[in-house]
Amino acid sequence: MFELLGIPPQALFGQVLLGLINGSFYAILSLGLAVIFGLLNIINFAHGAQYMMGAFVAWMCLNYFGINYWAALLLAPLIVGVFGVIIERVLIARLANLDHLYGLLLTFGLALIIQGLFRNQYGSSGLPYQIPPQLTGGQNLGFMFLPNYRAWVIAASLVVCLATWFLIEKTRLGAYLRAATENPTLTQAFGINVPLLVTLTYGFGVALAAFAGVLAAPIYSVNPNMGADLIIVVFAVVVIGGMGSILGAIITGFGLGLIEGLTKVFYPEAAATVIFIIMVLVLLVKPAGLFGRTT
Amino acid sequence: MTFKTLLTTTAFAALMSSPVLAQQISIKAGVLNDRSGLYADLSGEGSVIAAKMAVEDFKAAEKGIKVEIVSADHQNKPDVGSTIARTWYDQDGVDLILDVPTSSVALAVSQITKDKNKVHINSGAAASDLTGKACTPNTIHWTYDTYALAQGTGGAMVKAGGDSWYFLTADYAFGHALERDASAVVVKNGGKVLGAVRTPFPGTDFSSFLLQAQASKAKVIGLANAGGDTINSIKQAGEFGIVAGGQKLAGLLVFITDVHALGLQTAQGLVLTESFYWDSNDGTRAFSERFAKANGGKKPSMVQAGVYSGMLHYLKAVEAAKSKDSATVVAKMKELPTDDPLFGKGTVRADGRKMHDVYLFEVKKPSESKAPWDYYKQIAVLPAEQAFRPLSESECPLVKK
Repeated sequence: MFELLGIPPQALFGQVLLGLINGSFYAILSLGLAVIFGLLNIINFAHGAQYMMGAFVAWMCLNYFGINYWAALLLAPLIVGVFGVIIERVLIARLANLDHLYGLLLTFGLALIIQGLFRNQYGSSGLPYQIPPQLTGGQNLGFMFLPNYRAWVIAASLVVCLATWFLIEKTRLGAYLRAATENPTLTQAFGINVPLLVTLTYGFGVALAAFAGVLAAPIYSVNPNMGADLIIVVFAVVVIGGMGSILGAIITGFGLGLIEGLTKVFYPEAAATVIFIIMVLVLLVKPAGLFGRTT
Repeated sequence: MTFKTLLTTTAFAALMSSPVLAQQISIKAGVLNDRSGLYADLSGEGSVIAAKMAVEDFKAAEKGIKVEIVSADHQNKPDVGSTIARTWYDQDGVDLILDVPTSSVALAVSQITKDKNKVHINSGAAASDLTGKACTPNTIHWTYDTYALAQGTGGAMVKAGGDSWYFLTADYAFGHALERDASAVVVKNGGKVLGAVRTPFPGTDFSSFLLQAQASKAKVIGLANAGGDTINSIKQAGEFGIVAGGQKLAGLLVFITDVHALGLQTAQGLVLTESFYWDSNDGTRAFSERFAKANGGKKPSMVQAGVYSGMLHYLKAVEAAKSKDSATVVAKMKELPTDDPLFGKGTVRADGRKMHDVYLFEVKKPSESKAPWDYYKQIAVLPAEQAFRPLSESECPLVKK
C-alpha cells in the first residue's frame, strides 16, 4: 500500500473531510462578520458571544420548553437575531459616524458582558446537548466513519453560505445593500431606507452566528467560552479572505479548515497557530486579503 | 483587568468583640485559580468558599488568628499567575497561596513562593513534578497528582486487559506529566504505548486526533487532558463511534464537574480516579451540603475539598507553632498528622506530598442515578502508599536517601 508523507491515504481523506467540517463553522461565522463589516463598517467582536448565545438558546429551548433541535435551528437564530437588532438600534447605531475602533471596543465590551452573564448563570464547564435522534449513527465510507451529524453540518452550512451569497450578489435586495455600502447618502436619496437596511443586516449577521452555534451545540461543549475560543481564528479567516468580501469569507473559511485539519496530522502542535502564520504571510503579500479590493 | 480582588474579612467582626488576646496572628491567604475559563467550575469561586469554610470551622477568631482571604484569576496563564503571586507577596502581604490549578502556572507560582519564602498549598494542579524534581520546601501538594491518576485509572485499565495505549495529550506541562506517568504505569504492568498526539491547549475539535488514535488500533485511548478538553474528546469519541468500535477511553483526569457537563447519557461507564467524592460518607455529605448552599447548589469538586482541607491544616499548624513564619509552619504541617472529615487521616511527607487514600469510581448509568449529582459508584480504594510515588523513587532533592 502506498503512503503519502508517511500517512496512509485513507487516513488523509478522513482528515481532509474533518477539516472541511471545521471549515464550515469558520465559513458561516466569517460570512456573518463579512456581511456586517461590509455594510456597517463595524468589526463585530461580539460575534463569538452571539454564536455562543445560539447554542445556549437551543439548550434552553430543549430544557425549559421541550423544543427539539430542528425547531431550535430556526428559533435560536431568530431570537438571537432580534437581540442583535435591539443592540444595533440602541447602541451600535450611535457609533455610525465614528472611527472603526469605537465599534470594535463597544462590541468587545458587549462580548465580555454577555459571556460573564452566561458564566455566572451556567458555570464554565458546559452543558450537555444530545445529537438529534434522526442524525445519530454514521456511515462507513471505507476510509473513515463519518457521523451523520457531521455530514449534516457540512450540507447545512454550504446551503446557508451559498444562499447568503446569492441573496447579496444576485437579488434586488442585495443590490440595495451593495449600493448602501458604496454610498449610503446617495442610496437614501433614491428613497431606500438605509438605516433599516443597516439594522436588518446586523440582525442577519448575528442570526448567522447563532445558526452556527446551534449546529455546534451537539458536538462541542455548550459553554460560555465556546465563542471566545473561536472568534480570534474567525477574525484571522476574515482578514485572510479580505474584510467585507462575501465569497472570500466562504472560500477561505473552508480552505483554512482544510489546512488546519492537515496540520493536525502532520504537526499537531502547530494546529492552533497555522492559521495565524498564513494570515501574516497573506498580509505581507496582499494586505487587502486574498479576495479583498484595495480602495 | 487581571485582578478581580474579593476581600473578605471573616474574622474582623469577631475580633472586635473577643477578649484581649495575648498573641494576635493575622494571616492573609490568597486563592489563586481560574475564575473565568475551562477550570473555573472545578476551582474558581468554589475554592474561595471552601477556604472561608475552613476558617469558620477552625474558629480562627476565637483562637486569636485573624484570617483574611483574597482571590484572583490567573486565566491559566503562567505570566498572569506569576505577576499576581509577586504582587500578593511583595505588596499585599499575602502569606500563603492556595489552589492554583493548571500545572504550568502552579510550577511558576511554586518557584516564586520559594524565592519569597512564603507558603503554597496546591490543590488544583496535577503535575507530580511539584513534589518531584521541582519540589520546594515551601510547597505542599494536597489533593491528587498525575502519578496517582496514572496508578488509579491507568492501572485499572491495564488490569482489565487494556494493554496497548495511544495518548491524546494536552500540549503543556500537565498533559506531558500525565502522559509520562501513565505510560510508566502501562509499561510496568506489561502493556505497551503505541503513540501519542499532542493537542493544542485549550482545544475544541478533537475528531482529527481521535481518528489518529483510532487508526493506531490501540485498545485504550488515554485522555491526558482535563476540563473542557476532556469533555469535548469524550463527546466526539462517542460521535465517531470509537467506543462502539471496541476501543476504550481512559479519562485520566475527570472531575465531577466534567461528568455533570457531559451528562450521564454520554459519561456512563467511564472509570476515573478522584481523592474525594461528596457522597462517600456522612462527613463528606454534611460538608457538601453546606458547601452547595453557598455555591448555587453545586457540589464540591475534589479540588475545592482540597482547598478546605489544606487551609484547615495550615491553620492548625499556625496554632501549634504560635507563629506564621513560613519555615516553622511548613515544618509543623509536616510534623502534625492531618485529619478532617473530607480526606480522613493522613500525613504530609518530607517532599511536600499530602498522603491520603485515592478512589477508583465508575460513572453510573442514568437509570442508577437517583438525585442530581448522584454520579459515581466506588469500585476500588488505593491506599495512599500505592497511589502516590514512593519516596524511594523520588527525584525531590529534599528527600534524604
